[in-house]
Amino acid sequence: MLQQIEGSRAVALGVALCRPEVICAYPITPQTHIVEALGEMVKKGELENCEYINVESEFAALSVSIGASAAGARSYTATASQGLLYMAEAVYNAAGLGLPIVMTIGNRAIGAPINIWNDHSDSMALRDAGWIQLYAETNQEALDLHIQAFRLAEALSCPVMVCVDGFILTHAYERIEVPDAKAVDEFLPPFEPVQVLDCDDPVSIGAMVGPEAFMEVKYLQHHKQIRALELIPAIADEFSKKFGRQSGGLVKPYRIEDAETIVVALGSVNGTIKDVVDEMRREGHLIGSLAIASFRPFPLKEARSALEKAKRVVVIEKSLSVGLGGPLSDGVRKSLSGIAMKGHTVIAGLGGRAITGKSLKDLFLKAERNELELLNFLDLDWKIVNQQIDRERETRRSGPIAENILKSIGTVASRIA
Amino acid sequence: MSLQPVKFYQTGTFTVGNRLLDESMRAVQANMTRTNSLNSGHRACQGCGEALGARYAIDAAMRAAKNRLIAANATGCLEVFSTPYPETSWQIPWMHSVFANAASVATGIAAALKVKKKNDVRVIAQGGDGGTTDIGFACLSGMFERNDDVLYICYDNEAYMNTGVQRSSATPPGARTATTPAVGPHPGNPFGTGKNLPLIAMAHQIPYVATASIANLHDLEAKVEKAMGIRGARYIHIYVPCPLGWGSLPSDTMKVARLAVESGLFPLFEAEHGEITSRIPIRRKVPVEEYLKLQRRFAHLFGEDRTAIRMIQEIADRNIAKFGLEEK
Repeated sequence: MLQQIEGSRAVALGVALCRPEVICAYPITPQTHIVEALGEMVKKGELENCEYINVESEFAALSVSIGASAAGARSYTATASQGLLYMAEAVYNAAGLGLPIVMTIGNRAIGAPINIWNDHSDSMALRDAGWIQLYAETNQEALDLHIQAFRLAEALSCPVMVCVDGFILTHAYERIEVPDAKAVDEFLPPFEPVQVLDCDDPVSIGAMVGPEAFMEVKYLQHHKQIRALELIPAIADEFSKKFGRQSGGLVKPYRIEDAETIVVALGSVNGTIKDVVDEMRREGHLIGSLAIASFRPFPLKEARSALEKAKRVVVIEKSLSVGLGGPLSDGVRKSLSGIAMKGHTVIAGLGGRAITGKSLKDLFLKAERNELELLNFLDLDWKIVNQQIDRERETRRSGPIAENILKSIGTVASRIA
Repeated sequence: MSLQPVKFYQTGTFTVGNRLLDESMRAVQANMTRTNSLNSGHRACQGCGEALGARYAIDAAMRAAKNRLIAANATGCLEVFSTPYPETSWQIPWMHSVFANAASVATGIAAALKVKKKNDVRVIAQGGDGGTTDIGFACLSGMFERNDDVLYICYDNEAYMNTGVQRSSATPPGARTATTPAVGPHPGNPFGTGKNLPLIAMAHQIPYVATASIANLHDLEAKVEKAMGIRGARYIHIYVPCPLGWGSLPSDTMKVARLAVESGLFPLFEAEHGEITSRIPIRRKVPVEEYLKLQRRFAHLFGEDRTAIRMIQEIADRNIAKFGLEEK
């Protein structure tokens, strides 16, 4: 059924269609609308056979999900930003135990300075925790990916994060096709756990493992992700046949056939990038883009075959690996091992800074002219950065950085280029 | 002829004698049908109070739950000594996630059981004092205030023993630990610090809170059984000496536990919905020195200046007055 709804509501409807049995809710912007909507559905009786638990922290949210999943219940929670970091220990634990929990990340920046707007710093911080990470490009895909995520998680007994750009997707109203409940039931069978706390067949879950077996247990986590490289496209194909639209998969190439410049990115910014690609194609530029839909596992082979014929790759990163560059570039560069081509990392959109079509076009033209650096910061205001650097050089007690920067700007930080 | 009331105390030990009791009143451990839920062969130290407490508590819970019990365990000695891979001493479905979240994991298990309508299966969570009073406190408080259907058992040995005897918020004043060494003008753990978790649990108005000691195993079993007869959040705080951490003889574990109760330093009581409903009176009050002198962690208090011992005695006396522990 077509509905004009907020992204968060679309995600909540998608999750509800998956018949979760335990939902843990803890508020954090910009994810909160998702668990609010689910709470209302449970309270109204629209979502039956579901325990909805208001927990006291994100750490508890995932910990309760861990217990529920180990006891055989299909478990779901959602978080963002500081919340994801606060539950970090449980994030690793859920993956180490192989519990197929699905968690939405309403992607948001991480402080300090505190900031509620979108970037990918949160999910990137936990990229190596052993969870599968899928990035939604649109609200429709955000909904669809949750249905695929439960299927994938339970097939592998591995937790899955569905990463949805905060505000840009979570708070945007769009036309959404909400799948039919019966079709979802056919696509997603009831949860059959591979391990369960059962009085009739007692097991110990989470025992201590020493050097004699720890590496093997860890390798098996990696092995699940290798299997996911086959399962993710297979599930996406099956979804497409069942529901009549393409959602998810490993990578999504756009106009790359003869492209000399290919732009790589995660999530919603791919929409803007494709607009710019179209505009530049009209003007005769050989440019295309590649959306990475699955960041963990990273589709090295698929990225390579999409990128290998290009002259240059521009990676747009909504996350900064401080002191190095960007985490997406690391994967892209690895996929291109042995191939000589220019690779540019562009840090963009941190803390909700708008990534505009104009800025992207200027950037891509610069790349074509071979004027782009290895590491770039899109629309960085060098004037205020340099002012602060000078201030710190001149005065020992230069004061709080964020406050100084805001003073330099002269207004509340609401300016969008 | 007037009847003389019989007291079931064995001479010298002050323990209620099983053999003098009716079969139905005997300890779970004295019964051939005990489940040995924490089975022999685990790697606890000699004289470990926690292993003993857990064995009694879980077997009693198993009997009360008709053997339909799942346990969530915090990281700590109990978790480590009972489950070095690929061995496990647990005969019940058992789960360990991380240090701080045993109460939350138990909440999740209980939620799953509820949604699957397995109402006969009961859930316990357990941890040491560090996993309960410190790092796990937020999760525990959340589980309490939601009144989740979980019995949480804290085995209190008054410090972080698994990591090598560091101070916790359950470490008593004056005690030497690796992080409150017996040096300087105020050796050991500072006075005026720490928290009383049973009282904090009571402040959540949960259906049942109790303290218990391995020095009174009959009482411990009875409290576990009572707790298992109630739905909602329940808390039992069990006092378990640690010979390694306390510097006491393994053969003195029961004696040390008993002296903690008889000195008034560890009051035994029950509370329902925030109100104390019963306490175990002290039958033979002992000065705190008797308790302290068996433990090297307090050895530095026995110098020329006995101020610290007097202050500990004052704590014990206040407990006795506050909880009404004088035998009437």
